[in-house]
This record gives sequence, structure tokens and C-alpha cells, in this order.
Amino acid sequence: MDKLKQLHKTLVNNKFINYTVVFFIFIILFLLINSGVINRYLSNLIIMILIMIVMATSLNIATGFLGQLHLGHAAFMGIGAYTAGIIGIALQDVIASDLLLFLVATFGAMITAGFAGFLVGTPALRLRGDYLGIMTLGFGEIVRTVITNLKSITNGAQGLSGIPRIMTFPIAFWTTVIVVTLIFLFMNSRHGRAIISIREDEIASESVGINITRYKLLGFILASMFAGVGGSMFAFKESFLAPISFNFIKSVEIFVIVVLGGMGSLSGSIIAAIVLVFLPEYLRDFNQYRYLLYSSVLIIIMLYRPQGLMGTKEINFIKIKTWIKSKYTKVFLKGSD
Amino acid sequence: MLKVTNLHVHYGAIHAIKGVNFNVSEGEIVTLIGSNGAGKTTILKTISQLLEQTEGKVLFLGENMKQYAPHEIVHLGVSHVPEGRHVFPDLSVLENLEMGAYHRKDIKNIKKDFEEVFKNFPRLEERKNQQAGTLSGGEQQMLAMGRALMGHPKILLLDEPSMGLAPILVDQIFKIIDKINKTGTTILLVEQNANRALHVSDKGYVLETGKIIAQGSAKELLNNKKVKEAYLSA
Ligand SMILES: Nc1ncnc2c1ncn2[C@@H]1O[C@H](COP(=O)(O)OP(=O)(O)OP(=O)(O)O)[C@@H](O)[C@H]1O
Ligand SMILES: [Mg+2]
Repeated sequence: MDKLKQLHKTLVNNKFINYTVVFFIFIILFLLINSGVINRYLSNLIIMILIMIVMATSLNIATGFLGQLHLGHAAFMGIGAYTAGIIGIALQDVIASDLLLFLVATFGAMITAGFAGFLVGTPALRLRGDYLGIMTLGFGEIVRTVITNLKSITNGAQGLSGIPRIMTFPIAFWTTVIVVTLIFLFMNSRHGRAIISIREDEIASESVGINITRYKLLGFILASMFAGVGGSMFAFKESFLAPISFNFIKSVEIFVIVVLGGMGSLSGSIIAAIVLVFLPEYLRDFNQYRYLLYSSVLIIIMLYRPQGLMGTKEINFIKIKTWIKSKYTKVFLKGSD
Repeated sequence: MLKVTNLHVHYGAIHAIKGVNFNVSEGEIVTLIGSNGAGKTTILKTISQLLEQTEGKVLFLGENMKQYAPHEIVHLGVSHVPEGRHVFPDLSVLENLEMGAYHRKDIKNIKKDFEEVFKNFPRLEERKNQQAGTLSGGEQQMLAMGRALMGHPKILLLDEPSMGLAPILVDQIFKIIDKINKTGTTILLVEQNANRALHVSDKGYVLETGKIIAQGSAKELLNNKKVKEAYLSA
């Protein structure tokens, strides 16, 4: 009992510090955006980063924690984006509050994307490794083709326009914080441990009583649902959707973020999303060379850190605090010698 | 406790197990001896429902095992330590052991089992924070066994625990098997190392290409001429 209380206390303290940091980041960015120091172009880029964080952390459930090669994540984002967009257009005159409209649309996006995850996951998760990769890749292309051809609902290749542009920095920021927190809590729960153990060794997992089929499907559905959230954010940011936005290249882009950040590290995904969305923008001055540079960075990181930037570790601000403290005490002690 | 009758198992067209019968009573150590490809692993996998039998029955405490999924058998009190040490490589020793108690709700007793496991495997306690993937082969075997014991099984199915281990470690493993059994766990052991295995066992069965060709108490088998020639020469 005592131990439990202690654990609870450290957890609460821990989260408190982490969320204090998150809150400060929010305030600083919010003030910078509102005062115009961060211009419109840059604040749009920040929202894009937040969307990619949602996409990467959600893919990390399936690829990093569950260990499944999933190459069709953008398709689920697309399903969510179109669902949210259509709901947004239909209800914009009914629901006056932007936030409420976003929440309702996002809820719808999670349901359709999650259901698609269930439909694909059931047959796909019997497959392993590269076969699963090919199947999810194929599914992604099917979704894109279906969206292109469902002209009456999606307006086909011309794209769906007229979605209310209601995505603001605060909504995007807190949606991302909530998604990452939910994924973090899930991964540290009993269910999360079951999912991680499947990645580690399927035979051993079964022998300790884990229902592999069920947990694989659960992981896949959750990843899809949160991809739906990313899609909804995207729809309300862009106000215009075209099937081409959710093609294979997009899936690979998200996949690269997960691998680069570290499979099984949420903070890794966050850092990699920031770097990989910013990098191509900052390299604009180099014109056509920028993709060469971008690819070189990827190759170099994979050569020297094949486990990704963070491996399976997480950044924890309380650890950083103790680390800084210990540094200062050392300096202090040395000084007093 | 465990009763296998007229068991047949096929891999597609290959008839791997051809009508096997055997019994394990509570408190015993029973060994299945057989050379490579005799069908030992196949039998253990069929008991724990990783494979499906084509004919025959596996009864555990009177219940037909066929109605259960592989992840459910651990709830019945059957823990399978599969061939080739399947530990969770990126998890620590402690986390691996915790996973062994994954299905349990009797949190109070889990602590006792931790102590029990560490008593049997002091090496694991020394290395409890080490990543399991970096343990030596023998230590991984101990961990796989320790993890199975964390499920507090009534019967432990061990698939070649001595495989690939140095002689000193083999001794140690068999001593531990004996110790585990003395504290009340029934054991079904599968081994090529017939000599060692029979020395800790109550009885044994000799398996050859899917059929049992000899059976009896451990003593009888150790003195059986045919068995001696085929399995005890080394
Ligand atoms: N997946 C499979 N597909 C086809 N045949 C198989 C399969 N697994 C095992 N067999 C065959 O079934 C027979 C029994 O195999 P099994 O693994 O049970 O042997 P074993 O007694 O455990 O041998 P070892 O001591 O080498 O582990 C062998 O002839 C093997 O080739
Ligand atoms: Mg075998």
C-alpha cells in the first residue's frame, strides 16, 4: 500500500512537472503568435508540425510498440480528414462554436478511421513483416482510389472545398497534448505492456497468457483512430482536401518520422516530427538540393543511430531537473573546495 | 493430472505424432526422451494448444484442453517454457518475471512467488535490472523458467532446458528442476539428454518418430538395454 502511494506520488509529481513545461511552451508560442512575432506562415507550419506529431505518435502504437510494419497510415488520416470535412461542412451552420464543431467532427473521424482499422486489421494482422507492409500499402492506395471515385460525396480528384477553416493554434496544441497523453497512458497500462511484449516475442507473450490476436487488433484500431484525429485537424486547417494528400508518400513520411525518432518512443516521434517538418522548409534556400540534404540527414542518422534518436526511451523533464540539479551541486561542491 | 490418449498430430501431409499415450500424476517429474525430430516439441505444443491434434485427447485435471485458446491454458495452471528460450529481449529481468504473472489477480501471492523464484535462481536476482537480451544462454533459460513459475503453474512443460548449455550449467538446471518439483510443481520434461533427465525423473517415455517405443520408471529405463544403447551411450 505504501509503495503504491509512493508510486502515485512520483507519477503525479512527474506529470505535474512535465505539464508545467508543456504549459509554458504553449504560453510562449501563444504570445509570440498573437503579438505577430511568429508570422502566419510560421504559425501554419507549427500547426502542421502538431498534426504530424499526432500522426507519428499514433503510428508509433502500431509500428513502434506493437512492432508491425504499417505503410498505409496516411489512408486512415484521409478517411478521418474526409469524414471531419464532410461533417464540418454539413454542421457549420448548426453548431455555432468552432471548438464544438471540431470536437463533433473529430469524434466522427475517429469512428470511421477506427472502423476502417478494424476492417483492415482483422485480415492483415495474420500476416507478418514485409507481407503486412505490402498489404497496408495496398490498402492505402485502395482508399485513395475510392475517395477519388466517390465523386458524389468527396468531389473526387477535384477535391473537397468549403470546409470551415477553424483550426487555431490553441485547438491544435491541446488536441495534440491530449492525444499524446492518452497514448502515453495507454502504453504504460496493462494493455500497453501486452502490446509491447508482442513486439518483443509473440511465442513468449502467448505463453504468459496474452491474447495476441486481440491485442494486435486493438493496437491497430487505436492507431487508426488517432490517425483520424490527425486527419480532422488537417481538414480544418487546410479547408480543402484532395485525395493526393493521403498517398503513399505521405505514409512513408510519417513512417520515417517514427523510425527516426525511435520506434517505441513518443518523445522521439515528437522531436523527429519537429525536425523533419522544419528541415525542408529551412532548406528552401538551397533550392533543388534540399531534398538531397534531407535524404542525407536521414541516411546519416540511420547509419549512426539505427535505433532512432531516442531508441525506446522517453524524455522526462523531472529527470532533466535532477540532472541539472546534480550538475549545479557538483559545480557548487567543486567551487567550495 | 495430465492424460494424453491416442494422440495424432499432422503437419499437412506429415504424420508427426502417431497415437501417443502417456500420463503425468500430480507431484511427478515425467520425461519424454527422443532424438532430433522424434516429435517431442510437437507433443508439448499440442498440449498447450499451439498445435491442433488430428485425433485423440489431452485431458488436464479432467478437462479437455481442446476447448481452450493458447493464451488461456496458463489460467488453467499449465505453463509452457518453449524450446529455445523465448525471453522478452528489450525488457529487464524483473519486467520479464512480472510478465509471467500477467494473467494473475492474486497480487499478494505474486510477491511470494518472486521470492521463491529468486531463491531458486539467485543469478536472476543479481541481474534483475539487466536487459534480458544481453543475458547468457543459460541465464536466459533460467529466466524463461522463472517467468513460467511466476504464473504459479500446477504443471510446468519444459522443452529441452539443457539445450546448448555447458555441463556445469546443465547440472545446475537439473538441480533446480528437482527443487521446483519438491516445492510442489508437477513437471513434464522433454529432453535429448536422457541420462540427466532420467536421474531426476520419476518415470519416462521414449519417443521415436512419433511413437512411444519404451516406457517405465526412471530406474527401469536407465537399465533398459535398448534405451542404454540408443540414448545413454554418451
Ligand atoms: N512446422 C512444421 N512443418 C512440417 N513439419 C514439421 C513442422 N514442425 C515439425 N515438423 C516435423 O515434425 C517432426 C517432429 O518435430 P519436433 O519438432 O516435434 O521434434 P523434436 O522431437 O522436438 O526434435 P528436436 O529434439 O530436434 O527439437 C519432425 O520430423 C519435423 O520435421
Ligand atoms: Mg524440439
